[in-house]
Amino acid sequence: MADLYSVTGLHVSLADMTRKPLLGAAPRIGILHGLTFAIGRGEVVGIVGGSGSGKSTLGRALVRLLEPTAGRILFDGQDIAHLPEPALRPLRRRFQMIFQDPLSSLNPRQTVGTILRAPLALHGLPLARAAEALDAVGLPRAHLARYPHELSGGQRQRVGIARAIALRPDFILADEIVSGLDVSSQAQVLALLETLVRDFSLTLAFISHDLSVVRRLCTRIIVLHQGRIVEDAPAARLFDAPKAEYTRMLLSAIPLPDPDQPWD
Amino acid sequence: MADAAEGRGAVRRRAGLRLWLSGGWLAALAAAALLAPWIAPHDPLAQDLFAGRLPPAWQAGADPAYLLGTDSLGRDVLSRVLHGARVALFVALVAGTLTALIGAALGLLAGFYRGWVDVAISRLVDIWMAFPPVLFAILLIAVLGTGLASIIVAIVVIDWTRFARVVRAEAMAQGAMDYVASARVAGMGRLRTLATEILPNCLPTIGVLLTLEMGIAVIVEAILSFVNLSISTDAPTWGGMIAEGRLSIHQAWWVLVFPLVALFLTVLAFGQLGEGLKDRFDPVLR
Repeated sequence: MADLYSVTGLHVSLADMTRKPLLGAAPRIGILHGLTFAIGRGEVVGIVGGSGSGKSTLGRALVRLLEPTAGRILFDGQDIAHLPEPALRPLRRRFQMIFQDPLSSLNPRQTVGTILRAPLALHGLPLARAAEALDAVGLPRAHLARYPHELSGGQRQRVGIARAIALRPDFILADEIVSGLDVSSQAQVLALLETLVRDFSLTLAFISHDLSVVRRLCTRIIVLHQGRIVEDAPAARLFDAPKAEYTRMLLSAIPLPDPDQPWD
Repeated sequence: MADAAEGRGAVRRRAGLRLWLSGGWLAALAAAALLAPWIAPHDPLAQDLFAGRLPPAWQAGADPAYLLGTDSLGRDVLSRVLHGARVALFVALVAGTLTALIGAALGLLAGFYRGWVDVAISRLVDIWMAFPPVLFAILLIAVLGTGLASIIVAIVVIDWTRFARVVRAEAMAQGAMDYVASARVAGMGRLRTLATEILPNCLPTIGVLLTLEMGIAVIVEAILSFVNLSISTDAPTWGGMIAEGRLSIHQAWWVLVFPLVALFLTVLAFGQLGEGLKDRFDPVLR
Protein backbone atom coordinates (compact mmCIF):
# COMPACT_ATOMS: atom_id res chain seq x y z
CA MET A 1 0.00 0.00 0.00
CA ALA A 2 1.96 2.97 -1.27
CA ASP A 3 -0.73 5.63 -0.97
CA LEU A 4 -1.59 7.05 2.43
CA TYR A 5 -4.72 8.72 1.13
CA SER A 6 -6.75 7.49 -1.79
CA VAL A 7 -9.75 9.65 -2.57
CA THR A 8 -12.36 8.63 -5.17
CA GLY A 9 -15.40 10.56 -6.34
CA LEU A 10 -15.44 12.94 -3.36
CA HIS A 11 -18.58 15.06 -3.30
CA VAL A 12 -19.34 17.59 -0.57
CA SER A 13 -22.48 19.67 -0.51
CA LEU A 14 -23.77 21.82 2.33
CA ALA A 15 -27.27 22.97 3.20
CA ASP A 16 -27.99 26.56 2.17
CA MET A 17 -29.69 27.83 5.31
CA THR A 18 -30.29 31.30 3.85
CA ARG A 19 -32.71 29.78 1.34
CA LYS A 20 -34.28 27.22 3.66
CA PRO A 21 -38.06 27.13 3.25
CA LEU A 22 -40.14 27.36 6.44
CA LEU A 23 -40.91 23.66 6.26
CA GLY A 24 -38.74 21.02 4.69
CA ALA A 25 -35.04 20.71 3.97
CA ALA A 26 -32.82 23.54 2.80
CA PRO A 27 -31.51 23.35 -0.78
CA ARG A 28 -27.96 22.05 -1.02
CA ILE A 29 -24.98 23.82 -2.55
CA GLY A 30 -22.35 21.64 -4.13
CA ILE A 31 -18.84 22.55 -2.93
CA LEU A 32 -16.75 19.67 -4.27
CA HIS A 33 -17.79 17.84 -7.40
CA GLY A 34 -16.26 14.40 -7.55
CA LEU A 35 -12.55 14.70 -6.73
CA THR A 36 -10.29 11.73 -7.32
CA PHE A 37 -6.65 11.79 -6.31
CA ALA A 38 -4.12 10.02 -4.11
CA ILE A 39 -1.45 11.17 -1.70
CA GLY A 40 1.55 8.88 -1.41
CA ARG A 41 3.51 8.36 1.79
CA GLY A 42 6.14 11.04 2.30
CA GLU A 43 4.65 13.30 -0.35
CA VAL A 44 4.25 17.02 0.25
CA VAL A 45 1.20 18.02 -1.73
CA GLY A 46 0.15 21.59 -2.31
CA ILE A 47 -3.56 22.22 -2.69
CA VAL A 48 -4.09 25.61 -4.32
CA GLY A 49 -7.00 27.54 -5.70
CA GLY A 50 -8.76 30.85 -5.41
CA SER A 51 -11.19 31.78 -2.73
CA GLY A 52 -14.29 29.58 -2.95
CA SER A 53 -12.49 26.88 -4.88
CA GLY A 54 -13.21 24.34 -2.12
CA LYS A 55 -9.63 23.81 -0.97
CA SER A 56 -10.39 24.27 2.72
CA THR A 57 -13.50 22.09 2.43
CA LEU A 58 -11.37 19.40 0.84
CA GLY A 59 -8.89 19.67 3.72
CA ARG A 60 -11.60 19.47 6.33
CA ALA A 61 -13.03 16.38 4.65
CA LEU A 62 -9.58 14.73 4.66
CA VAL A 63 -9.30 15.08 8.45
CA ARG A 64 -13.02 14.38 8.80
CA LEU A 65 -14.04 17.68 10.34
CA LEU A 66 -16.96 17.29 7.97
CA GLU A 67 -18.60 14.25 6.44
CA PRO A 68 -18.57 14.01 2.62
CA THR A 69 -21.89 13.68 0.82
CA ALA A 70 -20.57 10.93 -1.41
CA GLY A 71 -17.31 9.26 -2.34
CA ARG A 72 -14.62 7.32 -0.55
CA ILE A 73 -11.63 8.49 1.46
CA LEU A 74 -9.25 5.61 2.05
CA PHE A 75 -6.76 6.42 4.77
CA ASP A 76 -4.11 3.73 4.92
CA GLY A 77 -6.56 1.37 3.25
CA GLN A 78 -9.52 2.10 5.55
CA ASP A 79 -12.54 4.08 4.33
CA ILE A 80 -13.01 6.96 6.77
CA ALA A 81 -15.50 8.94 4.68
CA HIS A 82 -18.54 7.95 6.70
CA LEU A 83 -17.03 6.52 9.89
CA PRO A 84 -18.97 7.72 12.95
CA GLU A 85 -17.05 9.88 15.41
CA PRO A 86 -16.44 7.18 18.10
CA ALA A 87 -14.96 4.80 15.52
CA LEU A 88 -12.89 7.66 14.12
CA ARG A 89 -11.42 8.73 17.46
CA PRO A 90 -8.62 6.14 17.77
CA LEU A 91 -7.60 6.91 14.16
CA ARG A 92 -7.48 10.64 14.76
CA ARG A 93 -3.98 10.51 16.24
CA ARG A 94 -2.72 9.60 12.79
CA PHE A 95 -4.04 12.59 10.83
CA GLN A 96 -3.57 16.01 12.37
CA MET A 97 -4.23 19.54 11.28
CA ILE A 98 -2.57 22.94 11.66
CA PHE A 99 -5.04 25.81 11.50
CA GLN A 100 -4.90 29.10 9.67
CA ASP A 101 -5.42 31.43 12.63
CA PRO A 102 -3.41 30.32 15.66
CA LEU A 103 -5.11 32.84 17.91
CA SER A 104 -8.43 31.13 17.24
CA SER A 105 -7.08 27.59 17.25
CA LEU A 106 -5.28 27.90 20.61
CA ASN A 107 -7.65 28.06 23.57
CA PRO A 108 -6.97 31.51 25.08
CA ARG A 109 -7.57 30.27 28.62
CA GLN A 110 -5.07 27.42 28.53
CA THR A 111 -1.31 27.55 28.78
CA VAL A 112 0.79 26.18 25.95
CA GLY A 113 1.57 23.20 28.21
CA THR A 114 -2.12 22.37 28.70
CA ILE A 115 -2.79 22.82 24.98
CA LEU A 116 0.02 20.44 24.02
CA ARG A 117 -0.63 17.83 26.72
CA ALA A 118 -4.41 17.42 26.27
CA PRO A 119 -4.18 15.48 22.94
CA LEU A 120 -1.32 13.37 24.33
CA ALA A 121 -3.37 12.45 27.40
CA LEU A 122 -6.39 11.56 25.23
CA HIS A 123 -4.34 9.04 23.28
CA GLY A 124 -2.42 7.72 26.29
CA LEU A 125 0.94 9.00 25.06
CA PRO A 126 3.77 10.17 27.35
CA LEU A 127 3.23 13.80 28.35
CA ALA A 128 6.95 14.51 28.06
CA ARG A 129 6.40 14.73 24.32
CA ALA A 130 4.93 18.20 24.82
CA ALA A 131 8.35 19.58 25.74
CA GLU A 132 10.01 17.58 22.97
CA ALA A 133 7.56 19.02 20.45
CA LEU A 134 8.47 22.55 21.57
CA ASP A 135 12.15 21.67 21.06
CA ALA A 136 11.32 20.43 17.57
CA VAL A 137 9.65 23.71 16.57
CA GLY A 138 12.41 25.79 18.12
CA LEU A 139 10.57 27.30 21.08
CA PRO A 140 12.09 27.35 24.58
CA ARG A 141 10.53 24.93 27.06
CA ALA A 142 9.73 27.85 29.35
CA HIS A 143 6.93 28.67 26.91
CA LEU A 144 4.95 25.73 28.32
CA ALA A 145 3.79 28.06 31.08
CA ARG A 146 2.76 30.86 28.71
CA TYR A 147 -0.70 31.76 27.48
CA PRO A 148 -1.23 32.16 23.72
CA HIS A 149 -1.77 35.92 24.01
CA GLU A 150 1.72 36.22 25.50
CA LEU A 151 3.31 34.93 22.28
CA SER A 152 3.96 36.58 18.94
CA GLY A 153 2.14 35.48 15.79
CA GLY A 154 5.00 33.32 14.56
CA GLN A 155 5.45 31.74 17.99
CA ARG A 156 1.74 30.93 18.17
CA GLN A 157 1.84 29.20 14.81
CA ARG A 158 4.83 27.18 16.05
CA VAL A 159 2.73 26.05 19.00
CA GLY A 160 0.04 24.97 16.52
CA ILE A 161 2.67 22.97 14.63
CA ALA A 162 4.02 21.51 17.88
CA ARG A 163 0.54 20.33 18.85
CA ALA A 164 0.18 18.51 15.52
CA ILE A 165 3.59 16.82 15.54
CA ALA A 166 3.49 15.87 19.25
CA LEU A 167 1.10 13.05 18.36
CA ARG A 168 3.62 11.75 15.75
CA PRO A 169 0.92 11.54 13.06
CA ASP A 170 1.35 9.99 9.61
CA PHE A 171 -0.35 12.92 7.93
CA ILE A 172 -0.62 16.64 8.64
CA LEU A 173 -2.96 19.05 6.93
CA ALA A 174 -1.70 22.63 6.96
CA ASP A 175 -4.55 24.99 6.10
CA GLU A 176 -3.24 28.40 4.96
CA ILE A 177 -0.90 28.37 7.93
CA VAL A 178 1.35 31.20 6.82
CA SER A 179 -1.22 33.57 5.35
CA GLY A 180 -1.63 35.41 8.66
CA LEU A 181 2.10 35.92 9.19
CA ASP A 182 4.49 38.61 8.01
CA VAL A 183 6.98 37.66 5.31
CA SER A 184 9.94 36.89 7.57
CA SER A 185 7.83 34.74 9.92
CA GLN A 186 6.42 33.01 6.83
CA ALA A 187 9.90 32.08 5.67
CA GLN A 188 10.82 30.78 9.13
CA VAL A 189 7.66 28.68 9.44
CA LEU A 190 8.14 27.24 5.93
CA ALA A 191 11.75 26.37 6.70
CA LEU A 192 10.60 24.71 9.92
CA LEU A 193 8.00 22.65 8.05
CA GLU A 194 10.64 21.49 5.58
CA THR A 195 12.82 20.29 8.44
CA LEU A 196 9.95 18.56 10.22
CA VAL A 197 8.77 16.77 7.07
CA ARG A 198 12.31 15.37 6.72
CA ASP A 199 12.90 14.54 10.41
CA PHE A 200 9.53 12.94 11.12
CA SER A 201 9.03 11.47 7.58
CA LEU A 202 5.67 13.24 7.44
CA THR A 203 3.13 13.27 4.68
CA LEU A 204 1.90 16.82 4.32
CA ALA A 205 -0.94 18.53 2.49
CA PHE A 206 -0.38 22.24 2.32
CA ILE A 207 -3.37 24.39 1.42
CA SER A 208 -2.65 27.85 0.08
CA HIS A 209 -3.99 30.45 -2.27
CA ASP A 210 -0.46 31.57 -2.99
CA LEU A 211 1.51 29.51 -5.52
CA SER A 212 4.81 31.13 -4.59
CA VAL A 213 4.52 29.78 -1.03
CA VAL A 214 3.70 26.31 -2.29
CA ARG A 215 6.52 26.25 -4.83
CA ARG A 216 9.24 26.09 -2.23
CA LEU A 217 7.75 23.31 -0.12
CA CYS A 218 5.74 20.96 -2.28
CA THR A 219 6.67 18.03 -4.47
CA ARG A 220 3.27 17.90 -6.13
CA ILE A 221 0.52 20.42 -6.64
CA ILE A 222 -3.22 19.98 -7.03
CA VAL A 223 -5.01 23.01 -8.49
CA LEU A 224 -8.69 23.36 -7.57
CA HIS A 225 -11.17 25.59 -9.34
CA GLN A 226 -14.85 25.73 -8.43
CA GLY A 227 -14.77 22.36 -6.72
CA ARG A 228 -12.98 20.47 -9.48
CA ILE A 229 -9.36 19.46 -9.95
CA VAL A 230 -8.09 21.37 -12.97
CA GLU A 231 -4.49 20.24 -12.73
CA ASP A 232 -2.55 17.69 -10.67
CA ALA A 233 1.15 17.65 -11.50
CA PRO A 234 4.63 17.51 -9.96
CA ALA A 235 5.63 20.98 -8.77
CA ALA A 236 8.44 21.51 -11.25
CA ARG A 237 6.32 20.59 -14.24
CA LEU A 238 3.42 22.70 -13.08
CA PHE A 239 5.57 25.80 -12.83
CA ASP A 240 7.43 25.17 -16.09
CA ALA A 241 4.57 24.00 -18.28
CA PRO A 242 1.14 24.62 -16.77
CA LYS A 243 -1.55 22.82 -18.74
CA ALA A 244 -4.76 24.34 -17.45
CA GLU A 245 -5.78 27.89 -18.29
CA TYR A 246 -6.66 28.53 -14.63
CA THR A 247 -3.19 27.46 -13.49
CA ARG A 248 -1.63 29.92 -15.94
CA MET A 249 -3.81 32.64 -14.48
CA LEU A 250 -2.69 31.79 -10.93
CA LEU A 251 0.95 31.74 -12.02
CA SER A 252 0.71 35.11 -13.71
CA ALA A 253 -0.82 36.52 -10.53
CA ILE A 254 2.40 35.92 -8.55
CA PRO A 255 4.03 39.31 -8.02
CA LEU A 256 7.69 39.22 -8.99
CA PRO A 257 10.20 41.64 -7.56
CA ASP A 258 11.27 44.23 -10.13
CA PRO A 259 14.61 45.79 -9.13
CA ASP A 260 14.30 48.53 -11.75
CA GLN A 261 10.97 49.82 -10.50
CA PRO A 262 11.20 53.45 -9.40
CA TRP A 263 9.81 54.32 -5.94
CA ASP A 264 7.36 56.97 -7.03
CA MET B 1 11.23 37.93 20.65
CA ALA B 2 11.44 36.23 24.05
CA ASP B 3 11.91 39.60 25.71
CA ALA B 4 8.83 41.04 24.04
CA ALA B 5 6.79 38.10 25.27
CA GLU B 6 8.32 38.52 28.73
CA GLY B 7 7.15 42.09 28.77
CA ARG B 8 3.64 41.18 27.69
CA GLY B 9 3.45 38.38 30.24
CA ALA B 10 4.64 40.71 32.98
CA VAL B 11 1.69 43.05 32.55
CA ARG B 12 -0.43 42.78 35.68
CA ARG B 13 -3.33 45.11 36.06
CA ARG B 14 -3.97 46.78 39.37
CA ALA B 15 -7.04 45.75 41.28
CA GLY B 16 -8.61 49.14 40.69
CA LEU B 17 -10.83 51.39 42.75
CA ARG B 18 -13.95 49.68 41.44
CA LEU B 19 -13.01 46.35 42.88
CA TRP B 20 -11.88 47.80 46.21
CA LEU B 21 -15.02 49.87 46.76
CA SER B 22 -17.52 47.21 45.71
CA GLY B 23 -15.64 44.39 47.43
CA GLY B 24 -15.18 46.52 50.54
CA TRP B 25 -18.86 47.37 50.82
CA LEU B 26 -19.95 43.76 50.28
CA ALA B 27 -17.36 42.43 52.75
CA ALA B 28 -18.50 44.94 55.38
CA LEU B 29 -22.12 44.05 54.69
CA ALA B 30 -21.39 40.32 54.91
CA ALA B 31 -19.59 40.84 58.23
CA ALA B 32 -22.49 42.96 59.50
CA ALA B 33 -24.99 40.33 58.42
CA LEU B 34 -23.08 37.49 60.07
CA LEU B 35 -22.51 39.41 63.29
CA ALA B 36 -25.92 41.15 63.36
CA PRO B 37 -27.16 39.38 66.52
CA TRP B 38 -24.10 40.61 68.40
CA ILE B 39 -23.44 44.04 66.94
CA ALA B 40 -27.01 45.30 66.54
CA PRO B 41 -27.63 47.74 69.41
CA HIS B 42 -31.23 46.65 69.88
CA ASP B 43 -33.53 43.72 69.23
CA PRO B 44 -34.85 44.43 65.70
CA LEU B 45 -38.33 43.34 66.79
CA ALA B 46 -38.47 45.19 70.14
CA GLN B 47 -41.13 47.90 70.06
CA ASP B 48 -41.17 50.95 72.25
CA LEU B 49 -44.22 53.02 71.48
CA PHE B 50 -42.94 55.89 73.65
CA ALA B 51 -39.81 56.15 71.48
CA GLY B 52 -41.54 56.14 68.07
CA ARG B 53 -40.22 58.13 65.08
CA LEU B 54 -37.08 59.34 66.82
CA PRO B 55 -34.77 61.06 64.30
CA PRO B 56 -31.18 59.93 63.62
CA ALA B 57 -28.64 60.72 66.38
CA TRP B 58 -27.26 63.91 64.77
CA GLN B 59 -30.62 65.64 64.55
CA ALA B 60 -32.41 67.67 67.19
CA GLY B 61 -34.64 65.66 69.53
CA ALA B 62 -32.77 62.39 68.97
CA ASP B 63 -31.96 59.69 71.49
CA PRO B 64 -28.25 58.76 71.07
CA ALA B 65 -29.13 55.12 71.81
CA TYR B 66 -30.87 54.98 68.39
CA LEU B 67 -28.12 55.91 65.93
CA LEU B 68 -30.32 55.93 62.81
CA GLY B 69 -33.57 56.74 64.62
CA THR B 70 -36.66 54.58 65.13
CA ASP B 71 -39.73 53.76 63.09
CA SER B 72 -43.36 54.46 63.98
CA LEU B 73 -43.44 51.46 66.35
CA GLY B 74 -40.23 52.57 68.06
CA ARG B 75 -38.04 49.83 66.55
CA ASP B 76 -34.34 50.67 65.99
CA VAL B 77 -33.72 51.39 62.29
CA LEU B 78 -29.99 50.49 62.44
CA SER B 79 -30.70 47.09 64.01
CA ARG B 80 -33.37 46.39 61.42
CA VAL B 81 -31.08 47.38 58.53
CA LEU B 82 -28.36 45.07 59.88
CA HIS B 83 -30.75 42.15 60.31
CA GLY B 84 -32.28 42.91 56.92
CA ALA B 85 -28.83 42.42 55.38
CA ARG B 86 -28.93 38.79 56.52
CA VAL B 87 -32.03 38.09 54.46
CA ALA B 88 -30.82 40.13 51.48
CA LEU B 89 -27.39 38.48 51.27
CA PHE B 90 -28.70 34.97 51.90
CA VAL B 91 -31.20 35.34 49.06
CA ALA B 92 -28.55 36.91 46.81
CA LEU B 93 -26.04 34.10 47.32
CA VAL B 94 -28.37 31.11 47.18
CA ALA B 95 -30.76 32.34 44.50
CA GLY B 96 -27.95 33.82 42.39
CA THR B 97 -25.90 30.62 42.47
CA LEU B 98 -28.82 28.31 41.71
CA THR B 99 -29.97 30.55 38.87
CA ALA B 100 -26.47 30.59 37.40
CA LEU B 101 -26.08 26.82 37.62
CA ILE B 102 -29.39 25.99 35.96
CA GLY B 103 -29.40 28.78 33.38
CA ALA B 104 -25.76 28.38 32.36
CA ALA B 105 -26.05 24.60 32.02
CA LEU B 106 -29.06 24.91 29.70
CA GLY B 107 -27.41 27.76 27.77
CA LEU B 108 -24.21 25.76 27.26
CA LEU B 109 -26.11 22.71 26.02
CA ALA B 110 -28.22 24.79 23.62
CA GLY B 111 -25.30 26.80 22.26
CA PHE B 112 -22.89 23.90 21.85
CA TYR B 113 -25.09 21.05 20.66
CA ARG B 114 -27.37 23.24 18.49
CA GLY B 115 -30.02 21.26 16.57
CA TRP B 116 -33.12 20.08 18.41
CA VAL B 117 -31.57 20.67 21.85
CA ASP B 118 -31.20 24.34 20.97
CA VAL B 119 -34.68 24.55 19.45
CA ALA B 120 -36.27 23.02 22.55
CA ILE B 121 -34.38 25.19 25.06
CA SER B 122 -34.66 28.41 23.03
CA ARG B 123 -38.42 28.09 22.49
CA LEU B 124 -38.87 27.37 26.20
CA VAL B 125 -36.91 30.54 26.99
CA ASP B 126 -39.01 32.58 24.56
CA ILE B 127 -42.25 31.36 26.11
CA TRP B 128 -40.91 31.81 29.64
CA MET B 129 -39.86 35.39 29.01
CA ALA B 130 -43.32 36.34 27.79
CA PHE B 131 -44.66 36.05 31.36
CA PRO B 132 -44.58 39.35 33.28
CA PRO B 133 -41.85 38.60 35.87
CA VAL B 134 -43.22 40.36 38.95
CA LEU B 135 -46.71 38.93 38.48
CA PHE B 136 -45.15 35.53 37.87
CA ALA B 137 -43.25 35.82 41.15
CA ILE B 138 -46.34 36.90 43.07
CA LEU B 139 -48.30 34.05 41.55
CA LEU B 140 -45.59 31.55 42.48
CA ILE B 141 -45.42 32.79 46.07
CA ALA B 142 -49.20 32.67 46.28
CA VAL B 143 -49.01 29.00 45.30
CA LEU B 144 -45.90 28.06 47.30
CA GLY B 145 -46.71 30.17 50.36
CA THR B 146 -44.50 32.88 51.80
CA GLY B 147 -41.07 32.15 53.20
CA LEU B 148 -37.40 32.41 52.30
CA ALA B 149 -37.40 29.18 50.28
CA SER B 150 -40.33 30.40 48.16
CA ILE B 151 -38.55 33.65 47.36
CA ILE B 152 -35.48 31.74 46.25
CA VAL B 153 -37.52 29.34 44.13
CA ALA B 154 -39.37 32.26 42.54
CA ILE B 155 -36.13 34.04 41.60
CA VAL B 156 -34.58 30.89 40.14
CA VAL B 157 -37.70 29.94 38.19
CA ILE B 158 -38.01 33.41 36.68
CA ASP B 159 -34.41 34.40 36.05
CA TRP B 160 -32.72 31.26 34.69
CA THR B 161 -33.66 32.53 31.21
CA ARG B 162 -31.30 35.48 31.60
CA PHE B 163 -28.33 33.10 31.94
CA ALA B 164 -29.60 30.65 29.35
CA ARG B 165 -29.86 33.29 26.63
CA VAL B 166 -26.53 35.00 27.20
CA VAL B 167 -24.54 31.82 27.82
CA ARG B 168 -26.08 30.18 24.75
CA ALA B 169 -24.85 33.05 22.56
CA GLU B 170 -21.39 32.88 24.14
CA ALA B 171 -21.20 29.09 23.75
CA MET B 172 -22.17 29.46 20.08
CA ALA B 173 -19.46 32.05 19.48
CA GLN B 174 -16.87 29.92 21.27
CA GLY B 175 -18.05 26.77 19.46
CA ALA B 176 -17.20 28.39 16.12
CA MET B 177 -13.58 28.97 17.18
CA ASP B 178 -10.89 26.78 15.68
CA TYR B 179 -9.74 25.53 19.07
CA VAL B 180 -12.97 23.52 19.22
CA ALA B 181 -12.28 22.03 15.77
CA SER B 182 -8.77 21.40 17.00
CA ALA B 183 -10.03 19.47 20.04
CA ARG B 184 -12.09 17.36 17.64
CA VAL B 185 -9.08 16.69 15.43
CA ALA B 186 -7.26 15.60 18.58
CA GLY B 187 -10.06 13.08 19.21
CA MET B 188 -11.74 14.74 22.16
CA GLY B 189 -15.38 13.79 22.84
CA ARG B 190 -18.19 16.34 22.63
CA LEU B 191 -19.10 16.52 26.32
CA ARG B 192 -15.47 16.76 27.33
CA THR B 193 -14.87 19.55 24.80
CA LEU B 194 -17.81 21.40 26.32
CA ALA B 195 -16.44 20.99 29.84
CA THR B 196 -12.74 21.65 29.27
CA GLU B 197 -12.66 23.97 26.24
CA ILE B 198 -15.95 25.91 26.02
CA LEU B 199 -16.93 26.27 29.69
CA PRO B 200 -13.68 27.99 30.83
CA ASN B 201 -14.15 30.54 28.05
CA CYS B 202 -17.73 31.22 29.15
CA LEU B 203 -16.84 31.57 32.86
CA PRO B 204 -16.04 35.31 32.77
CA THR B 205 -19.44 35.97 31.21
CA ILE B 206 -21.15 33.70 33.73
CA GLY B 207 -19.28 35.40 36.58
CA VAL B 208 -20.36 38.89 35.53
CA LEU B 209 -23.95 37.70 35.08
CA LEU B 210 -23.84 35.98 38.46
CA THR B 211 -22.92 39.14 40.32
CA LEU B 212 -25.58 41.08 38.40
CA GLU B 213 -28.07 38.35 39.27
CA MET B 214 -27.19 38.65 42.95
CA GLY B 215 -28.03 42.35 42.75
CA ILE B 216 -31.30 41.51 41.00
CA ALA B 217 -32.09 38.91 43.68
CA VAL B 218 -31.68 41.60 46.36
CA ILE B 219 -34.10 43.83 44.45
CA VAL B 220 -36.64 41.06 43.88
CA GLU B 221 -36.53 40.13 47.56
CA ALA B 222 -37.12 43.80 48.41
CA ILE B 223 -40.01 44.04 45.92
CA LEU B 224 -41.63 40.94 47.37
CA SER B 225 -41.17 42.27 50.92
CA PHE B 226 -42.57 45.58 49.75
CA VAL B 227 -45.78 43.87 48.70
CA ASN B 228 -45.69 41.76 51.89
CA LEU B 229 -45.00 38.49 50.13
CA SER B 230 -41.60 37.85 51.68
CA ILE B 231 -41.08 36.29 55.10
CA SER B 232 -43.39 37.25 58.00
CA THR B 233 -44.42 40.90 58.07
CA ASP B 234 -42.54 41.85 61.25
CA ALA B 235 -39.28 40.29 60.20
CA PRO B 236 -36.70 42.93 59.34
CA THR B 237 -36.24 43.05 55.58
CA TRP B 238 -35.16 46.07 53.55
CA GLY B 239 -38.22 45.89 51.32
CA GLY B 240 -40.54 45.65 54.30
CA MET B 241 -38.85 48.67 55.93
CA ILE B 242 -39.19 50.67 52.72
CA ALA B 243 -42.89 49.76 52.56
CA GLU B 244 -43.41 50.91 56.17
CA GLY B 245 -41.28 54.00 55.70
CA ARG B 246 -43.30 55.03 52.69
CA LEU B 247 -46.35 55.48 54.93
CA SER B 248 -44.55 57.95 57.21
CA ILE B 249 -42.26 59.60 54.68
CA HIS B 250 -43.33 63.13 55.69
CA GLN B 251 -42.86 62.56 59.41
CA ALA B 252 -39.86 60.21 59.46
CA TRP B 253 -37.83 60.10 56.25
CA TRP B 254 -35.09 58.02 57.88
CA VAL B 255 -37.24 54.89 58.05
CA LEU B 256 -37.39 54.84 54.26
CA VAL B 257 -34.01 56.30 53.34
CA PHE B 258 -31.54 54.11 55.29
CA PRO B 259 -32.74 50.72 54.01
CA LEU B 260 -33.03 52.26 50.53
CA VAL B 261 -29.41 53.43 50.63
CA ALA B 262 -28.28 50.01 51.85
CA LEU B 263 -30.24 48.35 49.03
CA PHE B 264 -28.93 50.77 46.40
CA LEU B 265 -25.29 50.41 47.45
CA THR B 266 -25.54 46.63 47.62
CA VAL B 267 -27.04 46.24 44.16
CA LEU B 268 -24.51 48.70 42.73
CA ALA B 269 -21.65 46.89 44.46
CA PHE B 270 -22.67 43.48 43.09
CA GLY B 271 -22.68 44.82 39.54
CA GLN B 272 -19.35 46.56 39.91
CA LEU B 273 -17.79 43.55 41.65
CA GLY B 274 -18.43 41.40 38.59
CA GLU B 275 -16.80 43.87 36.23
CA GLY B 276 -13.91 44.46 38.61
CA LEU B 277 -13.20 40.76 39.10
CA LYS B 278 -13.27 40.18 35.34
CA ASP B 279 -10.81 43.02 34.77
CA ARG B 280 -8.49 41.77 37.45
CA PHE B 281 -8.48 38.00 37.09
CA ASP B 282 -9.20 37.28 33.44
CA PRO B 283 -5.87 35.98 32.06
CA VAL B 284 -6.82 37.15 28.58
CA LEU B 285 -6.18 40.87 28.23
CA ARG B 286 -9.00 42.29 26.20
